[in-house]
Amino acid sequence: MLQVNGISKTFNKGTINEKMALNKLSLELDEGDFVTVIGGNGAGKSTMLNALAGVFQVDEGDIIIDGLNVTFMPEYKRAKFLGRVFQDPMMGTAANMGIDENLALAYRRGKFRGLGSGITHKERQHYKELLSVLGLGLENRITSKVGLLSGGQRQAITLLMATLKRPKLLFLDEHTAALDPKTAATVLDATKKIVDKDNLTTLMITHNMKDAIAIGNRLVMLNNGQVILDIKGEDKKKLTVDDLLHKFAQASGEEFTNDRVLLS
Amino acid sequence: MEIVDLLNALPGAIAQGLIWGIMAIGVYITYKVLDVADLTVDGTMCTGGAVCAVMMISGHNVWISLLCAALAGGLAGLVTGVFHVSMGIPAILAGILSQLALYSINLKIIGKANISLPSHQYDVLVAMKYNKGVPLNKNTIFIVSIFTIVIIAVLYWFFGTARGCSLRATGSNPNMSRAQGINTKVNIIIGLIISNALVALASALYTQYQGFADINMGRGSIVIGLAAVIIGNVIFGKIFKNFALKLLSVSLGAILYYVVLQVVIWMGFDTDLLKLLSAVVVAIFLAVPYIKREYMPVLMTIGKRITVNRTNKEIITKRMKEEKISNGGAK
Repeated sequence: MLQVNGISKTFNKGTINEKMALNKLSLELDEGDFVTVIGGNGAGKSTMLNALAGVFQVDEGDIIIDGLNVTFMPEYKRAKFLGRVFQDPMMGTAANMGIDENLALAYRRGKFRGLGSGITHKERQHYKELLSVLGLGLENRITSKVGLLSGGQRQAITLLMATLKRPKLLFLDEHTAALDPKTAATVLDATKKIVDKDNLTTLMITHNMKDAIAIGNRLVMLNNGQVILDIKGEDKKKLTVDDLLHKFAQASGEEFTNDRVLLS
Repeated sequence: MEIVDLLNALPGAIAQGLIWGIMAIGVYITYKVLDVADLTVDGTMCTGGAVCAVMMISGHNVWISLLCAALAGGLAGLVTGVFHVSMGIPAILAGILSQLALYSINLKIIGKANISLPSHQYDVLVAMKYNKGVPLNKNTIFIVSIFTIVIIAVLYWFFGTARGCSLRATGSNPNMSRAQGINTKVNIIIGLIISNALVALASALYTQYQGFADINMGRGSIVIGLAAVIIGNVIFGKIFKNFALKLLSVSLGAILYYVVLQVVIWMGFDTDLLKLLSAVVVAIFLAVPYIKREYMPVLMTIGKRITVNRTNKEIITKRMKEEKISNGGAK
């Protein structure tokens, strides 16, 4: 479903702030893979997702989604294949538009936006049903401005928007990191349900090692812009946090010194 | 200072306000919907009038002239859009560049610094002398009101379409818009075209109204447009939530602006200082949200602040004294 062949990206080339964020990174995802991505700060996790989504062009390498080479496709065109949820709850929705209008925007992803109706009555009913599944009571305030909602509610809506039209790939960039533990658990539950239901091919960045182990069928660890660990299937089921820390030290030759990771 | 003078001047103020209201609706689209401050309008507010006057003088129908004026304005918006999104020039600077370029273009259109379009010679839609004492279907206030209503209705429809919604999303959150497959660059250009076309249309009507087009007629028009947007928002923002009503509040804001201006003139204010007054008024209104957020909490707690400061100072002096004593004791 996704093939990443040796992509590299260096920011601020030729300046004192030069930073090689991706270093010939390669990765292959099969249809239905649910991959959790971990790694220290600056390992290149978010950069990888942004590169795949087309936020910037990569310096070298190829990105192939379902047989189509999208390396040079601009972000807005690539969006057709992708569903994305960001770390910052403010990022994924238009604050001064209604819940229904936000969902309608997502519903038209990949379609030409002409002078047809921006949202229809029938759609609204459909959105109400989808919202009621989330169990947050949002179905009763469907025309409320998204800006009035809490971070968790906004993330839940962004998740719904990302999956409203079945994407070929779902990218979750630490989408529960900015939420309180209880809300994070709710959003994570909703994520699992939706991914299971539609059998979505998913890349999920997380700082929570336990989540990374418990969720999905595959775990990838990044360091210095490369994949240093790729564990799947039975091996992943037997994994423990200590194993991961140990493997990180082994693979990278350094200690996994990230407070957020150790504390979680 | 006869009140009758003021009352006589009011229809003129309302007519001017209505025409500038159309211009202000154009400003609203860029400033509020797209979140882009577009200064092209200072140039377009002349271009529309120039095109309309020259075309009508050369014998074209008033409606064709209005249409061409709007198209010329849209073209100016397109240029600013290309400067901004395709060449990476910051929006404000892109607008200033277009505005400057338009000065030359406007001169070339008119051929000189100004051109007259007397209402008794040409078949104009609106004119100062049609403010009162004419049948309703020739009345300027009536005709411009119809223009305003039609424009608001069309914009209300457009911003409810899939494309219009994507324009609003572009202004609200460009990152999210791209993630949802929206071409934000094209949308910004579309918004700038619509906005400047409306401004040019207002300019064309204004030229007919005042009976001439002048190379300087657009100068500072962005300030008037913003004043209308802000006044409308401050006064009607709490009650007008619907998009169409918000546009209407912009038009009402422009009318209010011109009525207040008329009152100020009537009170004997030096007309040379009017632009200064406008700038100060807009600056104050723009500052209102900031003042509310930053200074109001300070003012509300001023009493407590003074007591807290005084107590803190007392504690500090007391501690310093104690320190001195204990140091002295050590010696």
